[in-house]
Amino acid sequence: MSEPVIEIEGLWTRYGEQIVHRDISLTVYRGEALSLVGGSGSGKTTLLREMIGLQAPSQGTVHVFGEELHTGSLEQLRRQRRRWGVLFQEGALFSALNVYDNVALPLRELKTVDEGLIADLVCLKLGMVGIEPQDGEKMPAELSGGMVKRVALARALALEPELLFLDEPTAGLDPDRSASLVQLLCNLRRNLDITVVMVSHDLDTLLELSDRIAVLYDQRLIAVGPVEEIIRNDHPFIRDFFGEHARREFEALQCTRAEAEARRVEPVAG
Amino acid sequence: MNELEAPTLRTQTAPDGATWVELTGDWNLRSLSPRLRRLREQLEGIADTAGWDLCRVSALDHAGALLLWRAWGRHWADPVRLRPEHRRLFEHLAQAPEVARLHRETRRPSPLELLGYHVLSLIDNIGGLLDLLGRAALGALLYVRHARRIPWVQISANIYHTGTQALAITALVGLLVGVVLSYLSAQQLRTFGADIYIVNLLGVAIIRELGPVLAAILVAGRSGSAMTAQLGVMRVTQELDAMMVMGISPTLRLVVPKMIALGIAMPLIILWTDAVSLIGGMVAAHAKLGITYHYFLVNLPQSVPIANLWLGLSKGVVFGLFIALIACHFGLRVKPNAISLGEGTTASVVTSITAVILIDAMFAVMFSDVGSFQ
Repeated sequence: MSEPVIEIEGLWTRYGEQIVHRDISLTVYRGEALSLVGGSGSGKTTLLREMIGLQAPSQGTVHVFGEELHTGSLEQLRRQRRRWGVLFQEGALFSALNVYDNVALPLRELKTVDEGLIADLVCLKLGMVGIEPQDGEKMPAELSGGMVKRVALARALALEPELLFLDEPTAGLDPDRSASLVQLLCNLRRNLDITVVMVSHDLDTLLELSDRIAVLYDQRLIAVGPVEEIIRNDHPFIRDFFGEHARREFEALQCTRAEAEARRVEPVAG
Repeated sequence: MNELEAPTLRTQTAPDGATWVELTGDWNLRSLSPRLRRLREQLEGIADTAGWDLCRVSALDHAGALLLWRAWGRHWADPVRLRPEHRRLFEHLAQAPEVARLHRETRRPSPLELLGYHVLSLIDNIGGLLDLLGRAALGALLYVRHARRIPWVQISANIYHTGTQALAITALVGLLVGVVLSYLSAQQLRTFGADIYIVNLLGVAIIRELGPVLAAILVAGRSGSAMTAQLGVMRVTQELDAMMVMGISPTLRLVVPKMIALGIAMPLIILWTDAVSLIGGMVAAHAKLGITYHYFLVNLPQSVPIANLWLGLSKGVVFGLFIALIACHFGLRVKPNAISLGEGTTASVVTSITAVILIDAMFAVMFSDVGSFQ
């Protein structure tokens, strides 16, 4: 395994009497895509927020890039935050800024990048997520749900993050749009070599995008492992969550992947 | 991976006389951004014919690649040596369609245009207010015919929020204004030996004018802004759309109850403010002029005709209706962004305070004969 990017140890989260997480330990390695799954209300998004430093756990430590997140100085947290990008569930675009300015904002905040380079970078990022340049003038309120997600992704990518957090990247998108977003994320991972931590309910997204899956159930992390291992797991919750359907889908996916791999290899061999 | 290697470039002359630029270190945004200015100057100083050697670059991302791509004049430098994985990044840049710079026209409007804009938006707002008033009136008529559908719960909740919860602040302000008014007038009256007229002065001023206007301005700031923000957020989160889809009219369910509630609560708050204010004035008059409480209380009804109280209270009903109407009007116009919500709330409070003073002036002119001594 390569070096760890995120290390969570003995993490507890309590709201008064209510316990959300009970002694959770999890490691995310460089270059992998890890998905958090679990029933609604199982604290997936809370765990994600604790990894981003928006919320402190009641107990336990979270190390990101080898530095403790919740006891470090503000300056250190600020430096770390520039190394990751976050795609929020609802996009969280700044409603008062247009698409272009939304993506340009984190770059402008660096205070050292000139407008010319910012313009090129913004156009490049918008192009990467498939937003037409003429849409740069639009306000977030004028965008469709899928476009909001893609612009938010472009903004999350603006600072060239090494680590990308995705909270329900495909929720609320139609199957077509969600497939294209998943495709986009796959390409990004291949081209940019980024680590991805994702919360998702969507089976297709999970199977296509993740290398490993972590399952939260009943306040604990009941299973962490590669996708094929998790979908063959016999825990009743996991069996219900993925079901026979997921297994079949995953096998089909493996076949197409193998075919694609074969096609890619052939011309070189011949 | 945490340690960054500073990006550097060195110009070397090869044995065959060609110039080579050798890049080393991390050429990614995180390590570039603190040194960008210096690097850009260095890059500008390099001749077009130089060769580029990127083989020893330890990290390269879009920002680094773009920086070099721009230095090369947006085409491949020749000759260039680089690793295959970095070549892919540049190919990505080369394929990217030449994006026309986004032009944003920011022209300062002329004073005439500004005037026109403000006049038009004023007309637009007045139109919108009349429209909402009409719909609220129709809604109220509907309630008159179908008494069963009157939303008692909403009306009562609104009376509690706009009236009961405003009692403390109106009392505090009313008391202080009463004391101040009494103290200042006492000094003037004493020089003329007209001490006992303090009762008339305080009575008329507070009951007819100050009580209603003070209470209305406080309520406009307090409840008007709350109503605008509530409707504004409901609009942004599509709650209003959801109500309409269910066949519930937001005008009937939200606007009319607020207007009725404030129409009821406002005169009651005014009565309360008047009372507290007069008590403050009475205490101050006792301290400053030695006028007994008994004398003050006995003389008050004799020196201030009761018509003044009715006038003040009926002003209150009109103030209440208009504050709620204006607050709802601006709330319903909030656009789905954070700035618009702030602007809407500001506009609502400013407009309703202005409206209160305007209506007060109209009352003063129309009813100048009412409530004076015969």
